[in-house]
Amino acid sequence: MSDEYNQKNTPIKAQSSEITSSSSGSSKDIDYVRPAELPEQDLYHGHSFITKWIFCQDAKVIGVQYFLTAVFTGIVGLVLSWLMRLQLGFPELVPFITAEHYYQFVTMHGMIMVVYFLTALFLGGFGNYLIPLMVGARDMVFPYVNMVSFWMFFIAVCVLMASFFVPGGPTGAGWTLYPPQAILPGTPGSNMGIILMLVSLSLFVIGFTMGGLNYLITILQARTRGMTLMRMPLTIWGIFTATALAMLAFPALLVSCIMMTLDKMLGTSFFMPTIVQAGEVLSYGGGSPVLFQHLFWFFGHPEVYIVALPAFGIVSDLISVHARKNIFGYRMMVWAIVGIGALSFFVWAHHMYVSGMNPWFGFFFATTTLIIAVPTALKVYNWIITLFRANIRMNTVMLFCLGFIVTFVNGGITGIFLGNVAVDIPLSDTYFVIAHFHMVMGIAPLMVIMGAVYHWFPLVTGRMLSEKLGKWHFWFTFLGAYSIYFPMHYLGFIGVPRRYFEMYDSPYVTSAIGMNEFITVAALIVGFSQLIFIYNIVVSLSIGKPAGKNPWKANSLEWLTPEVPPAHGNWGEKLPVIHRWPYDFNVPGAKEDYITQTTPPSEVISAEVEKT
Amino acid sequence: MSDNSLNNLPGGFKGMSQDMGSDQTAFKGVQWGKVMMWIFLLSDTFIFSCFLISYMKGRTSTVVDWPNTSEVFSLHVNGVAVPLLLIAIMTFVLITSSGTMALAVKYGYEKNRKMCGWLILATAIGGLTFVGMQAFEWSKLIHEGVRPWENPFGAKQFGSFFFMITGFHGTHVSIGVIFLFIYSRKVFRGDFDKGKRGFFTSMKSDYVAIEILGLYWHFVDLVWVFIFAFFYLW
Repeated sequence: MSDEYNQKNTPIKAQSSEITSSSSGSSKDIDYVRPAELPEQDLYHGHSFITKWIFCQDAKVIGVQYFLTAVFTGIVGLVLSWLMRLQLGFPELVPFITAEHYYQFVTMHGMIMVVYFLTALFLGGFGNYLIPLMVGARDMVFPYVNMVSFWMFFIAVCVLMASFFVPGGPTGAGWTLYPPQAILPGTPGSNMGIILMLVSLSLFVIGFTMGGLNYLITILQARTRGMTLMRMPLTIWGIFTATALAMLAFPALLVSCIMMTLDKMLGTSFFMPTIVQAGEVLSYGGGSPVLFQHLFWFFGHPEVYIVALPAFGIVSDLISVHARKNIFGYRMMVWAIVGIGALSFFVWAHHMYVSGMNPWFGFFFATTTLIIAVPTALKVYNWIITLFRANIRMNTVMLFCLGFIVTFVNGGITGIFLGNVAVDIPLSDTYFVIAHFHMVMGIAPLMVIMGAVYHWFPLVTGRMLSEKLGKWHFWFTFLGAYSIYFPMHYLGFIGVPRRYFEMYDSPYVTSAIGMNEFITVAALIVGFSQLIFIYNIVVSLSIGKPAGKNPWKANSLEWLTPEVPPAHGNWGEKLPVIHRWPYDFNVPGAKEDYITQTTPPSEVISAEVEKT
Repeated sequence: MSDNSLNNLPGGFKGMSQDMGSDQTAFKGVQWGKVMMWIFLLSDTFIFSCFLISYMKGRTSTVVDWPNTSEVFSLHVNGVAVPLLLIAIMTFVLITSSGTMALAVKYGYEKNRKMCGWLILATAIGGLTFVGMQAFEWSKLIHEGVRPWENPFGAKQFGSFFFMITGFHGTHVSIGVIFLFIYSRKVFRGDFDKGKRGFFTSMKSDYVAIEILGLYWHFVDLVWVFIFAFFYLW
């Protein structure tokens, strides 16, 4: 062991492909990869149905469990958004949507989509499935903890769903749960509803911490031979950075949940100022509601990137594979992901320009916010340059990638408006904000999720999804989503406020009536068009075209398992050995248009590969 | 991982960047569990930082004066109020338990089963003493009328923050004590020598587990130093 390490005292990169150009040795030297540092991972193999499929320690099964649970909550969130839109487009059409119910729908829709759907889907779902496969590990490093992580998440979802059925219903405080109103009478669900929400969030944080430790340590300490950090697919970089953000941002959420629970249940006054309610002075006093906003957004802003960074990573890989070209500026992409992640901790108060904090604070946060535009723009340029003169395959996956770029640029540009204090103040709390964040962290990541499902469905199930249905699904979703959110920018400009149950006879709203009806119809159509997707998945499970091995001719490791779909332990007898990055597409001098990560340099000796 | 590979690691930034740029592991020769504990502790640091920063904010912005901590926390010995007496003993006990934990790790790696087991037990008893004294302090304050929602000595946030933060820390200590007792039993039974498989995880036991528990324990002590400084000395 020690001797092998000494050989490494020569610069690291001189290990595999670099040697192609410099050494004069035999093919054996060219293909040299440092021997294994770690012994084989000790795995628990389930034997019964329960240990194989329910309390399963296989990261792939846990990934699918996470995925299905998150999609279930996502569908609940989708239905809630329909109900909201029905009220906004056609007020008083549905008698059971009262103002109280409307606020409950708003709150639950927001919290479900951000935390229980997108976060759980990207990190729990894609993270669990892809990390061990893409870095060449047999499983996550702590499979048992990983299993507990999912069940913790499952319980958190159950507690959240239970709040629909308690007296008073779920909380209606808005997804930001701002005190003091969140826990005072007058807000829907200010008793059991808010308590269950806070408990559920705390459970989610605990469960996520268990999973997050797994993702980080698997990536840091359990890569296979030859897999350096700079040879990892960008998917892994995105998930890695997002998980690191989550490990540092969720503490603030946990702390604010604990403090608000105490405010509610023990009558402490962490966030509660002196309040007169119905002529009566409440026992609260001396607390600071703005403190909650700071804690919440210290979590809330990184949370945006927890959702966005895995999407950035995944879309980079999808674009590269389906454009048959290496990702432009891989290193730049990696550092942009890491840079965005680091910067995301210094921008939180741009959500609080109108909260009454010190104006100099707003100035500082406007500056940091706009700095984030730099690495983000780098990424967008790199995606576009990757597509430039590429051998693009216009399949469903690529369509969703292009859809992502368009919606993300759109949402990003409106973000520049909102990042400036002077522009934000008239626009805040209008539909412009709704349009902005739904474009940038709703539709854009969703496009990636859908593209990723079309891309990796063959890996998970061994069958292809229908391309024809997929294209219908894409056009309905993409055009529909644009019909929903593009008009909202205009609604915001004319000053239609968000979070209002009904506009009644306010003068500017008459011009918005037709538009609101249009948006509602579009939302219903987009929602129902997801049935195409679900139908596609269900039908393809049994009658889809068999995928075979590596149907997309991709390079990354997850397609190179001995069995497809991969079995428990992923790699059969021997772990794979990595010789290159996953982006060697259309390399001059190579026979095929792709060179997999496991192909040794001696087999592609004439190819002019990138030095990775 | 054999031990001599660790001795040959190049040092300094160069060594670090080499390790980061290499394949397989970013932290050479560091077990998965140990990295996990470090990252968990980083996350936990953020939790305690959020608590303490909220406390600073709450304390500096209350409308009612903060109580005089050297009076509130003083202990009456023979009718004389001695400030910081109880807390000095508590802190001393907890820091000492950190010392015994460090020794336990050392004897564990030396496979000195008896010494290791006794030292872990001593650490557990130290932790238990700390929690006991904290319970005493809580009951004393509660007896004097301090509650999470009210405080006869001044700002009501004093009681809220005090009980919440020391309670959260005390929970950490208590969890540590439970694990210390479990581990001392495991050491005496020889689980770590035999590599016995865990009851839940079915993974092999190793003496590194004691070091990992030690990391947690030292962290809990370190956090206490901050809580001590911010609550009792400010």
